[in-house]
Amino acid sequence: MSEDVKKTKEPSEPLFSKKNKKLVTDPLTDNNPITIQVLGICSALAITVQVEQGVVMSAAVLFVLIFGNVIISLLRNLIPSRIRIIVQLVVVASLVIIVDQLLAAFLPDVSEKLSVFVGLIITNCIIMGRFEAFAMANKPWPSFMDALGNSFGYAWILILVSIIRELFGSGSLYGFPIFGSALPGEEWGIYTMGYMNNNMMILPPMALIIVGIIIWIQRSRNKALIEEH
Amino acid sequence: MESTLDIFVKAIFSENMIFAYFLGMCSYLAVSKTVKTAVGLGAAVIFVLAVTVPVNYLLENYLLKEGALEWINPEWAEIDLSFLSFIMFIAVVASIVQLVEMLVEKFAPALYGALGIFLPLIAVNCSILGGALFMQERQYSTILDATAFSIGSGIGWFIAIVAIAAIREKVRYSNVPAPLRGLGITFILTGLMGIAFMAFMGIKYGKDGSKEEDDTTKTGQIELVDKKLTAKID
Repeated sequence: MSEDVKKTKEPSEPLFSKKNKKLVTDPLTDNNPITIQVLGICSALAITVQVEQGVVMSAAVLFVLIFGNVIISLLRNLIPSRIRIIVQLVVVASLVIIVDQLLAAFLPDVSEKLSVFVGLIITNCIIMGRFEAFAMANKPWPSFMDALGNSFGYAWILILVSIIRELFGSGSLYGFPIFGSALPGEEWGIYTMGYMNNNMMILPPMALIIVGIIIWIQRSRNKALIEEH
Repeated sequence: MESTLDIFVKAIFSENMIFAYFLGMCSYLAVSKTVKTAVGLGAAVIFVLAVTVPVNYLLENYLLKEGALEWINPEWAEIDLSFLSFIMFIAVVASIVQLVEMLVEKFAPALYGALGIFLPLIAVNCSILGGALFMQERQYSTILDATAFSIGSGIGWFIAIVAIAAIREKVRYSNVPAPLRGLGITFILTGLMGIAFMAFMGIKYGKDGSKEEDDTTKTGQIELVDKKLTAKID
């Protein structure tokens, strides 16, 4: 540890200090943006029907959050506090435009499926929330770590929900059939034994119920997170 | 084409912002603890949606869309500025929210007292930007349709938040398992309400398009829901 301290500019804060590592690990579990802070739900639920969409959406949020957090953190001393929301919105909106154009160019199918939800990353509360709560008051490197932690915290819930929904709703994962094929006339896999996909899983309300159950499991494991009402 | 009334009713029920698209969930979950605040925020959402979507509609059709600039100069008909729409829409939303806040404060202090604290929150409410983006995606033919859509969506959002707030007030007296209290039960309740709202998908709209739905039996309705969803997913 002492060698690390000498190399960095600030002796008190090595790059991967305990505090910085905590910035990444905390949002993964006990301070998860979705299940604990309840931010960014809008997009998280609507696009979790298939794993592919969940992965692409997570990657988009990762990109926007990391660049946005670093940019805002670099600009934090220049932004007058009265107009900070507008400045933040402009930064996010420009980043989202880049993501949207990239998706439309390289992944047109997914871009079509995500429809308005790429644009809605702009108002994804995780992003504005991290800008307000963290990047406006911290240096670029901790902001980067914070963005990394929060976007992975967002991503793993998103991907978990989409795995459950795609597996039981369509019997496949990332487009690959797991349970076989349900096409009439050419059934194989466990569909031949009379198994049927649970169409309920594809419906929007199930996403809410699955997230509710994830919250339930998480809070029963960590009693400190239980709310009064 | 759908009539304006169809669009209006559809936006309230079968395409409800919360239960079908989960837009504005953040403030929906955060501000639904009591009915009183829920009514305030819901009214503010209706108001802001009703103002911003028509403005964005005009922007989209006379500035951003491919060929939209033709009214200035026929040579500009090929210009397509729609990649700028995100930044334009969000700028319009943020500035209109600010403007509305100032106007309401000046001319209707009583209303400001009721809505005041919620207005700034609304600039980053997904349902407002979502309204503008859906308007863009669905290509409404007249500004009247777009306005009907925006007011309908606002009313749908209002109904959703007031309903969940009322339920949450009652749930406070119930014996919910400790880890599920607060957020968890609210999620599950919203899910159940969403299932209830799916019943509205069976409503028949307009004259055309109803041909295939004529013999809608109960199973037919479920198939219809399926069809709509797979259409949405694919």
